[in-house]
Amino acid sequence: MSAEIREREALFSSKNIKLLKNPLNLSNPITVQVLGICSALAVTAKLEPAIVMAISVTLVTAVANVVISVLRNGIPPRIRIIVQLVVVATLVIVVDQILKAFVYDVSKQLSVFVGLIITNCIIMGRLEAFAMANKPWPSFLDGIGNGLGYGLILIVIAFFRELLGSGSIYGFNLIPEQFYELGYKNNGLMILPPMALIVVGVIIWVQRYYTRDLIEKN
Amino acid sequence: MKALRKLLDKQKPHFEKGGRFEKFHSAFDSVETLLFVPDKVTYSGSHIRDAIDMKRTMIVVFISLVPALLFGMWNIGNQHFLSLGQVPELWTAFFYGFLKMLPIIIVSYVVGLGIEIIFAQIKGHEVNEGFFVSGLLIPMIVPPETPLWQVAIAVAFAVVFGKEVFGGTGMNIVNPALTARAFLFFAYPADMSGDKVWIADKLDAYSGATPLGNALVGNFDQIPSTYDMFMGFIPGSNGETSVLMILIGAAILLATGIGNWRIMLSVVVGGIVMALLFNWWGANKYMELPFYNHLIMGGFAFGAVFMATDPVTATQTKKGMYIYGFLIGAIAILIRVFNPAYPEGVMLSILLMNVFAPLIDHYVIESNIKKRLKRIKVLVSN
Repeated sequence: MSAEIREREALFSSKNIKLLKNPLNLSNPITVQVLGICSALAVTAKLEPAIVMAISVTLVTAVANVVISVLRNGIPPRIRIIVQLVVVATLVIVVDQILKAFVYDVSKQLSVFVGLIITNCIIMGRLEAFAMANKPWPSFLDGIGNGLGYGLILIVIAFFRELLGSGSIYGFNLIPEQFYELGYKNNGLMILPPMALIVVGVIIWVQRYYTRDLIEKN
Repeated sequence: MKALRKLLDKQKPHFEKGGRFEKFHSAFDSVETLLFVPDKVTYSGSHIRDAIDMKRTMIVVFISLVPALLFGMWNIGNQHFLSLGQVPELWTAFFYGFLKMLPIIIVSYVVGLGIEIIFAQIKGHEVNEGFFVSGLLIPMIVPPETPLWQVAIAVAFAVVFGKEVFGGTGMNIVNPALTARAFLFFAYPADMSGDKVWIADKLDAYSGATPLGNALVGNFDQIPSTYDMFMGFIPGSNGETSVLMILIGAAILLATGIGNWRIMLSVVVGGIVMALLFNWWGANKYMELPFYNHLIMGGFAFGAVFMATDPVTATQTKKGMYIYGFLIGAIAILIRVFNPAYPEGVMLSILLMNVFAPLIDHYVIESNIKKRLKRIKVLVSN
């Protein structure tokens, strides 16, 4: 009896909280593990698609993590990648259909990148590294955490790219008309994907400045 | 001279560690080394310090830029008055251009040096003189009417992301001046291309297209005469129009041994070979443009002499220099003729080859090692 109680962990024990919090900073999928860069460059020209993308990836990662974690003891190791792919692909199709049904415009902007969530390294990485070896509840938290870590960076990038590239935030013009009359112009480079990579670089720079643990020791 | 030295020596303790103005050490140091050749000597091993340090090198490059700079100032004024239908006096034109260019130069230096000093202070090393030349190159490769705030942003971008993130002067992968121009070109295309920006305050009716702009849209009869393009009496970026003045600069660089003749030569050869190849192909009118016109149009000469030879971003091996230069010339002409989005390809081709320079060096060295190993094996087996 007493052993059973000791084994049962609190839902939000410090270990589980870490699963949620670490991907936001110390093991961020984009800035530390450098995964999912492709979609981070492609969908961040505006804030709206970036937010939708962040939510979609978070949901897919979380649910796929739970499903794989439930199945983990029944999956033959030799075909585990195929099983993982089937689960992720199913979820992505569901997300794609939902987006098409409710936010058609955004779905059009995201175009192929919703489908390409399947190939997002973050999801496969979490399934392989975490869900295959852990129980459903921690796997769920891990999926949410990594999705949020990915989404956080996406939203920061999109914020700066939309502000400097289009002069607006979430579609609302922020730069006053007088600025344009004085000669201010939106920065065309911000709309192009290469600048997203430089913004990612700046985020990594700032992050390492504040989190010294991340700097490699020579 | 002695009084100046005394003044510096008197102030020096304040700027050393523990002094009152310790924070401004790097600023003081940069002034001191600019005025006097540092008298530091080596005290271990058999190293000899050449009196020609980086500051002296940079000053020679600076001097070699002056002819093109002065001509560029005159040409800005000349083009402006010609577009109004007047023929200006020499000095009227010069002062008009001088007043157009001076603000750009000042902004470029203030922003660039400001950032350099801040970074030097944070990292605790001396202010490097790398920006001394870049700061003048940037005003020379932009159109005369470039808004000053855009110059400031581009310079800041180039110094921070082109240079400081890699570790400052001598560590950069791409040429900072070209980084600034590429930034402007992609960020504010309306102010950096087309046929409206190359002549300051021109009348709307007057065509301000550069020779390259004309060639791109197929107005081959409007391309100025070869003589005009060689002398530089054409609209264009501030300092790039006159091939003659650039050649004078090249002569100074080569005579002092600071510029690299291998790179200059192979850029020109690469351009000629590519242009001749197109002449032979001759599928459209642009391809039939005589090869010597390619060399004197746009920024080809300026890029070959002042940009491609940048010792930090170019290849270091001799064989590598030929490959590097040849590809710069060839790709520049390729972009001009084939890509309708970019009338001028020199900037992009130099930036591209900057990135490839370490790779070229790597393979040149590898092949050399292999050759030598083979020689040893032959000796051993004999």
